[in-house]
Amino acid sequence: MTAAPGSDHVRLDAVRFAYGGSAGAPVLENLSLSVEEGAFVAILGPSGGGKSTVLKLLSGLIRPQGGTIRIDGTPVTGPRRDVGMVFQKPMLLPWRNVRDNVLLPAGFARAASAREVARADALLATVGLSDSVKLYPGQLSGGMAQRVGLARMLLHDPRLLLLDEPFSALDAMTREHLSLELQRLWMEERRTALFVTHSIPEALFLADRVVVLAGRPGRILADMPVPLPRPRTLETLSGAQFGTLALELRRLFDEAARPGARAA
Amino acid sequence: MTLLRNTVPPLITLALVLALWAYVTGPGGLPSYLLPDPVSVGRALWTGLVSGEYGPHIQFTLTSTLLGYGIGSIAAVAIGVLVAESRTFERFVFPYIVAIQAMPKVALAPLILVWFGFGLASKVVLVALICFFPLLVNTIAGIRRTDPELIDMARSFSRPAWWIFLHVKLPAAAGAIFAGLEIGIVLALIGAIVGEFVAAEKGVGYLIGSATVNMNVATMFAGVLLLAGFGIVGSALVHFAQRRIVFWERAPDPSTRGERA
Repeated sequence: MTAAPGSDHVRLDAVRFAYGGSAGAPVLENLSLSVEEGAFVAILGPSGGGKSTVLKLLSGLIRPQGGTIRIDGTPVTGPRRDVGMVFQKPMLLPWRNVRDNVLLPAGFARAASAREVARADALLATVGLSDSVKLYPGQLSGGMAQRVGLARMLLHDPRLLLLDEPFSALDAMTREHLSLELQRLWMEERRTALFVTHSIPEALFLADRVVVLAGRPGRILADMPVPLPRPRTLETLSGAQFGTLALELRRLFDEAARPGARAA
Repeated sequence: MTLLRNTVPPLITLALVLALWAYVTGPGGLPSYLLPDPVSVGRALWTGLVSGEYGPHIQFTLTSTLLGYGIGSIAAVAIGVLVAESRTFERFVFPYIVAIQAMPKVALAPLILVWFGFGLASKVVLVALICFFPLLVNTIAGIRRTDPELIDMARSFSRPAWWIFLHVKLPAAAGAIFAGLEIGIVLALIGAIVGEFVAAEKGVGYLIGSATVNMNVATMFAGVLLLAGFGIVGSALVHFAQRRIVFWERAPDPSTRGERA
């Protein structure tokens, strides 16, 4: 079932989640959010604000205690094949080489079909790792490892991408490079993407829409469109419009970080 | 160059110890019934090996050690996996495993001899029992210590539970399992010798025991040297296998290896 372009691909309705069951302090409370097909949405907020929890709920790894989570109108009951995820740390298996790590969703090269292996090699070429397919994760730099993570996410051509602060552990230069690369990958297919970050420039640079999440319990404080033309380049970062938007987000972000912030 | 740097200093130490040994037993005047001189120990070892007198003893000890080690290790990994993966199994069994782990298994040697006879079987059982527990505990800890985020990652890509066990948890535990195997091989040898000390008609432990009765101190030393050799070769082989198989982990330094037990 494929939603028509422009319609809601992802929909969260009055979602409540608390670690340690219903009795625990809620991480998310009455959270509603919808993401249209093909949109790139950044979820911005202070740490501990439940941003990653939103992605975990969408990946089907955890279930909400209240409300509904739907992808293509179907409630999420567990991990789905059409959802791909990248994590804060690369999360590669150190005992498998780069190609096998990309092929993990297919059960490694030996269990994968010829088409899947070809796709893995093509993806590794797109992220500039053609010469590294036989290397092991221990031999990769942080940026290379996160590129492998991007290729792994895309192996089964997911329609929904979940990115959980994927570049936050990298140095500033590598971050910019990977942001550009991610934009390029995303523009090729225009998959729906949810990108969690606590970096304002990163959110503005990548997203069509920035959702500001206030912490404890997480609620949406603001939902701001980003009308910057694509493809965005490193010059975009120093433009006047970028600066105005960043300032506005900064104000909202500070509000989000303040205890007792009110929902919009 | 590294080989030279790593082998020369211990060889110098060995030479100094041998020299000191030769001195106290020769010009030093230490009686040979307390400490025989290195040459007569060497001679006892050499003639024992060449004449074939030690052959059956070595064979007996190695057979019981390796058989018991194999059985104990396979059982430890299998049960360790069950305990780590099944909450129910853990609740019923784990407290007893901890209790038995704390008990010196050598104390069971006489009982095991009564149950399994004076031959090979009792030695194999004792060896298996002694090397079982450290490996069991290491297997459980290793599987439990798998990064939960790595498991979540595999789950988010729809990998089934059996696949995650085989390709995520088991490799994650491999380092700890090998640490247990390395402790186990030394303990296995101890188990075999204790069994032979208590009652046996063969084996290096028996050889040392009967030499004690005859006050044949040179043969006693020869037996101890043999066992030292077995222990060194055994743990070196396990260590070598670990470096090849668990290649992504830096092998722990020998001086800190015990802490992983």
